[in-house]
Amino acid sequence: MLSAANIAQILMSGLLMGLIYALIAAGLSLIFGLMDVVNFAHGEFLMTAMYATFGLVVMLSLDPLILSPIVAAIMFVVGAFCYRAIIVHAMRARTNVGMVQVFATFGLAIVIRGLAQFAFTPDYRSIPKSWLGGQTFSVLGVYMPAPQLAGALASLIAFGALWLLMKKTDFGKALEATREDAGAVGLVGIDRNRVFAMGWGLGAALVGLAGAILSIFYYIHPDVGGPFALIAYVTVALGGFGSVFGALAAGVIVGIVEAVSATVLQPSMKAIGIYAVYLLVVFLRPRGLFGNL
Amino acid sequence: MATAFEIRRRNQLIIAAVVVAIMIALPLGIKDVYVQNILVLTVMYAALSQSWNILSGYCGQISLGHALYFGIGAYASTLLFVKFGVIPWFGMAAGGIIAAAIALIVGWPCFRLGGHYFTIATIVLAEIGLILFLNWDYSGAASGLQIPVSGDSWLTFTFLRSKLPYYYFALGLAAVVWLVTFFIEDSKWGYYWRAVRENTIAAQSLGVQVFRSKMAAAAVSAFFTAVGGSFYAQFVSYIDPDSVMVFQFSLLMALPAVLGGIGTLWGPALGAAVLIPLTELTRSYMGGGGKGIDLIFYGAVIMIIALARPEGLLSLVSRTRHAPP
Amino acid sequence: MSMLLETEALTVHFGGILANSDISISVNKGEILGLIGPNGAGKSTLFNLVAGTYRPTSGRIRFEGRDITPLPPAARCKLGIARTFQVVKSFETMSVLENVVVGALVRFTNTKAAREEAHRVLDVTGLSRRAEADARELTPPEKRRLEVARALATQPKLLLLDEVLTGLTPAEAQKGVELVRKIRDLGVTVVMVEHVMEVVMPLVDRAIVLDLGRVLVEGAPQAIVRDPKVIQAYLGDRFHA
Repeated sequence: MLSAANIAQILMSGLLMGLIYALIAAGLSLIFGLMDVVNFAHGEFLMTAMYATFGLVVMLSLDPLILSPIVAAIMFVVGAFCYRAIIVHAMRARTNVGMVQVFATFGLAIVIRGLAQFAFTPDYRSIPKSWLGGQTFSVLGVYMPAPQLAGALASLIAFGALWLLMKKTDFGKALEATREDAGAVGLVGIDRNRVFAMGWGLGAALVGLAGAILSIFYYIHPDVGGPFALIAYVTVALGGFGSVFGALAAGVIVGIVEAVSATVLQPSMKAIGIYAVYLLVVFLRPRGLFGNL
Repeated sequence: MATAFEIRRRNQLIIAAVVVAIMIALPLGIKDVYVQNILVLTVMYAALSQSWNILSGYCGQISLGHALYFGIGAYASTLLFVKFGVIPWFGMAAGGIIAAAIALIVGWPCFRLGGHYFTIATIVLAEIGLILFLNWDYSGAASGLQIPVSGDSWLTFTFLRSKLPYYYFALGLAAVVWLVTFFIEDSKWGYYWRAVRENTIAAQSLGVQVFRSKMAAAAVSAFFTAVGGSFYAQFVSYIDPDSVMVFQFSLLMALPAVLGGIGTLWGPALGAAVLIPLTELTRSYMGGGGKGIDLIFYGAVIMIIALARPEGLLSLVSRTRHAPP
Repeated sequence: MSMLLETEALTVHFGGILANSDISISVNKGEILGLIGPNGAGKSTLFNLVAGTYRPTSGRIRFEGRDITPLPPAARCKLGIARTFQVVKSFETMSVLENVVVGALVRFTNTKAAREEAHRVLDVTGLSRRAEADARELTPPEKRRLEVARALATQPKLLLLDEVLTGLTPAEAQKGVELVRKIRDLGVTVVMVEHVMEVVMPLVDRAIVLDLGRVLVEGAPQAIVRDPKVIQAYLGDRFHA
């Protein structure tokens, strides 16, 4: 039987995880909106961030929470580098453009996965001790694991910062202009490639932040990115491809759907609920729930 | 009088006949089981990749979830065999038909949408399939199914002593898929698929029924992929979700075509001939898949080909149609 | 003269913008009709409504007396309406011949017959020499010709040409004009959208001038070029450009 308390608990767990999913999806959505490229290496960015956090924790003995901005900064560099080294070439393709973009990022994903396996073995790792790990808050009988709560708050802060960045800064305006018309911005003196590189950096930094926090309560292994990436694709599609703030709302929906499916179905089948939502949305409202038609 | 076009087509058939003849003779002197194994896998992936190529190469609908059809084929024939004693030959056909039907059901919502939605949907569906089979007790859930091997028999398609029968079946399958592709190339569908891939809007304006074209490509592609899956199940004689429905297969089906030349008649075969032996050798000499070398290798191959030569290796060999201007 | 195509009070909005308003025109069998007007006049919109790319907000389109308003582009092509694209949309990695075969297949199920038809069309359009080249290897004027060839291969009754003469050198444009005449002489009715009046006026039998989404005037080309309303519209365009 589901009591009101159960339902509140399910909704809360879904909400917290959903905000983290939103944070993971934000970068993907940003990049897609900017240049119509789906980054099939997004999950591997997340995995890289988790290993980076793990490495830094081991080396510096600092808490993941403190390290999260550093990880985000590292991922910014990684993202911008990937754009400059790889994606920029994929954008130049004259034939088979779609295929080139899919396989360039997809190939990158496989390489990163291989490198992780090579460097760290497929073993599962976890960060043994952190401030938040294993801690739980309880409000009115609803439990909130501290790491998830931190992730949810970080997500809200990141979306807030993103909003400020896009509305209030010159870079944000350049970003918006490039989203609207990548061809024309060159005419007004905006370096398109620079904006794209920054976009990739920013996208990777967002997923980096998510990775740093996930590493507190999630096992780290080379394949960890896959399921999260899939959830991120679902979230982005649900939010309307390219709509960053659509991704926020969609992430929450995905989180709640997942929490509900874990209860209704078996926990091992909880992902099916999310995937079903993707198919349903794609079928009923191809531009996503919040995309502009 | 034969036109230049007809001569070219005839030459393709002659090349194919020569290649098949060589491939028939190739394993005769080879007794080493390890090498035989590589040969079987190479030919199998040539067939599978050609099947993938029909949908993703010719019609341009990039699938990263063909493991679903592969797994359905493997499970369909194995379940029929193990539970009902239906010989795998019928099982193969059944698996192919089920997979084609599923491809149509899947395609129906997805094909009205642009490329990204479809590609992601393929991954999602393969994941759903994997999860369902992992939780489906009737099919052995995570522990899978064992195919009973009584002895060498063409009827039940099981062989203990030699891998050669498997090899020849795989070769036959590759040849059939090649031929199907060959005939499709010069059919209405062949032209329509490529038109859809190149420019959907222009295709529509010329009377091409885009949706129907994609559906046809998906069904044909899924059918042969599933037949390949049934074959693989017989070949390894034990299946579980993690060995037939994982992402790795989706990857390995796409890879040879991408490497050899996506949307070409010979690309998948060429790609498989280069890639599969190389992979197997890397695996044996670099020590296991666990070290990730194979992944780095695959990934680098995909990336480099996509960026440096999207037309694939074939464009280095044949100058006729795919040479850059 | 019998009527091939007729639009009845076609209106279309994009968002809040009225792109075409209450457009009722007709196209007669066998004529070359010019659809002209300054930038933003709604020519392309009207063109796309007839081709089936856009759906009208209200109004009807009739082809050979039959209401085709709800039909998608592919079905219209089957009925005999073919079009070219202003921004060429060749099938880049297919050969020129194959590009045209795609069009011919709407009439021939047999590929051999379609290929023969394609060869014939390439002959008419002067592209035979390039039949085996990949479409991406063509020069821009050749690509324009390929657009026309592909459309012609569908054996249309009505051919819609979207700025096929724009941006060509005078010599190329002259060849284009000859090609359009040749097509009309084959019995195909032609509607051509052009921005530049000088190019099309000597070619068309009749012209319709659009401005601000409405029909401004229609009539013989000689009368149109002297019409003060038309001059006004084009001058206005120049001032705002």
